[in-house]
Amino acid sequence: MPDFDVVSLPETDHVAEGDTAPDFTRPLVNEEYWEDRALDDVVDGPTLLVFHPMDGAFQGTYLYNTIDDHGWADDLDVLGLSISSPYAHKRLLAERGDGVRIFADPGAGVIEEYGVAHDIDGMTGVTEARPAVFLLAGDRTVEHAWVASDHPEFPDAEAIDDAVDRLVD
Amino acid sequence: MTEPQITLYRLQACPYCERVVRTLNRFGLEYQSRYVEPMHSERNVVKRVSGARSVPAIIDRETGVTMSESANIVEYLEGTYGEGGA
Repeated sequence: MPDFDVVSLPETDHVAEGDTAPDFTRPLVNEEYWEDRALDDVVDGPTLLVFHPMDGAFQGTYLYNTIDDHGWADDLDVLGLSISSPYAHKRLLAERGDGVRIFADPGAGVIEEYGVAHDIDGMTGVTEARPAVFLLAGDRTVEHAWVASDHPEFPDAEAIDDAVDRLVD
Repeated sequence: MTEPQITLYRLQACPYCERVVRTLNRFGLEYQSRYVEPMHSERNVVKRVSGARSVPAIIDRETGVTMSESANIVEYLEGTYGEGGA
């Protein structure tokens, strides 16, 4: 038995396979600037939508390393989302996430709507995203969904690879 | 998305940018804000579109005009969209 605790997160009624990913508008950050963009407007083909903990937390770092290692941004559009500010997103994109754009959702409204919210123990008043990955078709249909149920937990990159391969020819 | 006629490169809380925003609103012009960083060295996108790293800068797709410097922009907007404008 490891002498540390992996905490289970409560069950959540999150966006699931077969659903249409809810539309939203938030500042979308690239390496150079940010501007309000609607998800519906940004998604024009297969898209990986990745919710992650605030920029700087190791889970986010691992997720972006995984995105880069698997070259997902070469195969389809990859969009991140966290509660961090556009300024923090720009710093993150300067180091990793080549070709990725990231939504800023500081009020966690999108995170709540997708059912992936997580109130962090010991950071009063902070609601952020638990790690979650949604693979969307061009019409925003969710083809593959994964939402963390433990804290920490990482997505099965091979399963995402397979789902991407099925969607992207 | 129907792309708004005008793209405005701006810096958060920059008074010169706010001045341009007031003028755009006065004439009811649709615009999309693109925010950049305070550090000039981080503003290559503005340099690429306007030739200078200064903000505000606007691109008006209706007229094909790209312009920096708030005084110039306000004068251009007033001349083009104001009373007696083109």
